[in-house]
Amino acid sequence: MAATAQPNVKNVWLGGVEPMKASYGKLMMWFFLVSDTFTFSALLVSYGLVRFSFPAYAGKVADFVSSPAYWPIPEKVFDAMPFMHGIHAPLVFVGIMTFILIFSSVTMVLAVEAGHRMDRAAVEKYMLWTILGGATFLGCQAWEWTHFIHGTDSGTVVKEIVDGTWITKTVFGANLTENQYGPAAFADFFFFITGFHGTHVFSGVVLNYLVFYRTSTGMYERRGSYEMVEKVGLYWHFVDLVWVFVFTFFYLV
Amino acid sequence: MAHVHEHDHDENAGAEQRKVIWRTFWILLVLTALEFLIAFTLHAGTLKTAIFVGMTIVKAFYIVGEFMHLKHEVKSLIWAALLPCIFVVWLLIALITEGGSIFDLR
Repeated sequence: MAATAQPNVKNVWLGGVEPMKASYGKLMMWFFLVSDTFTFSALLVSYGLVRFSFPAYAGKVADFVSSPAYWPIPEKVFDAMPFMHGIHAPLVFVGIMTFILIFSSVTMVLAVEAGHRMDRAAVEKYMLWTILGGATFLGCQAWEWTHFIHGTDSGTVVKEIVDGTWITKTVFGANLTENQYGPAAFADFFFFITGFHGTHVFSGVVLNYLVFYRTSTGMYERRGSYEMVEKVGLYWHFVDLVWVFVFTFFYLV
Repeated sequence: MAHVHEHDHDENAGAEQRKVIWRTFWILLVLTALEFLIAFTLHAGTLKTAIFVGMTIVKAFYIVGEFMHLKHEVKSLIWAALLPCIFVVWLLIALITEGGSIFDLR
């Protein structure tokens, strides 16, 4: 059937037409990303539900102390920097991470543009920068998780009922059942949302490396098209897009 | 085939596109910097949240429109990607209301 249509036109699918003027691979990447949007939306919207079901901190921001009784202010939780122990630097580290990811998105789109010109050396260069950006982001996230899990020097004193009697204890850092920052759900959402995003970054780095490898072996040059760079680029930009939303709804609001 | 004659105008090829890419980068950077400024100057409240949501949507528009090139695709592809997101808005409104209701009952 396909042979009867337009056998010599390169861009058409097997049915003889090119739906939405996009190649099969690109279109399927778009539909995958739409479905992935739903997954991330579900996580972020659930965060909103649970956050609204807890009381917000009512006092002055400067007097804030962590407690499992109310939702924490993110800038009071994420205020640590590597090599700067004890210095209050609210959201600075996560700001740097945001910058790294946006910049790696720029180098990715520059690689796509170089692919349009069939400029193999430029594609290689920009893919390497993108991989470096992604790996740096993952490293930052590993540090942030480590700090979040281990907690601060002083921890938080909490009162809770164990076997029917009230006990007072100091909680350091976070796990899935208790944490020093706020309600247990706060740390749970931190682990699930940033973890799921980090998994996406990791698979993005793997895909980027694959495309870099195939570019440097000349595979796409022989094929006559750098479209794989575009398809993986779509995925990488999506990961950046998700981070923009995570940054706003988890760290800023 | 195509790349044989590409070499003649290598210098200017895609220059316009690269300009757009860097302009988009600066817009994203300035918006993120502004978000930082607002995070530490405005008091928490509906206005602050509304500004953050608005700026996030503007950033999303530039990432999806320019970096992911959706602005320059055919209309049917644009709508195929955007229309399903209406369900996200629905979910958001439904579950935020639900969260407020759980708060009242607790």
